[in-house]
Amino acid sequence: MKDIYAWAAIGLIILASTTGDVLLSYSMKRVGDVGELWKRRGILAVVGRVLRTPTFALGLMAMGVAFYSLLFGLSWGNLSLVVPASASLTFVANAVAANIFLHERVGRRRWIAALLVAGGVVLMAV
Amino acid sequence: MTFRKYLVLAGITVFSTAGDSLLARGMKALGNVSLHNLTGLLLAILNPWVAAGILLLLAFFACYMSALSWADLTYVLPATSLGYVLVALIAHFSFHEEISPTRWLGIALIAAGVGFVAVGPSVTPRREHRESPSVPHDTVSQEVES
Repeated sequence: MKDIYAWAAIGLIILASTTGDVLLSYSMKRVGDVGELWKRRGILAVVGRVLRTPTFALGLMAMGVAFYSLLFGLSWGNLSLVVPASASLTFVANAVAANIFLHERVGRRRWIAALLVAGGVVLMAV
Repeated sequence: MTFRKYLVLAGITVFSTAGDSLLARGMKALGNVSLHNLTGLLLAILNPWVAAGILLLLAFFACYMSALSWADLTYVLPATSLGYVLVALIAHFSFHEEISPTRWLGIALIAAGVGFVAVGPSVTPRREHRESPSVPHDTVSQEVES
């Protein structure tokens, strides 16, 4: 039963953090190159523009959900299961979500990279 | 990709790793915080390690958002995983901790993955605009000019 809760938390972490990353990435693409904007208009314009992007707040909320899911996951499962399982699967989920929702062209190179990094993260935690 | 952009990516790796380490150190010093004692969690900010960790994580978030404004999510994410490698290497070379063969293999896999992505382009053209490549991701510069 404890395992089911731990894996439910892991699933929730992956879902929430992938949603958050996709929303944040989408918002920042809409804001545009912040380096350019900073040079032309100053830091306040950058902050103002980011905060006025509605999806940015949604992304932050999703990240908050992911953080609290991690806390609850850690209270049910082992650190050595919850952290590597959620971190590595999040890399793969992000590649899938970026492909579907952000229309990034995830070519063979990036698929291999996502799988290598995911595998590496698991091995680092063993 | 300019040198400044590589600096931002390095900032993501360094700030997130250092921030997490400082937070972990501070929270260990505080001991267990139970869910019934949430004021303890608020007071944790007063701990200098925790405060420094939060500042560094804010710096990480700024770098992360900046990178996402000019690079693909699938390009930026592997950079965050380099932190695992950084921690292991620091533990090995400064604190002489033993690193097991499986962890070395993990380090190699992550490094290879990051290398794979870093060699490629940082922004891929959006698939739906493949016929009209004149739509770049940063519309700001045009907007600012007008």
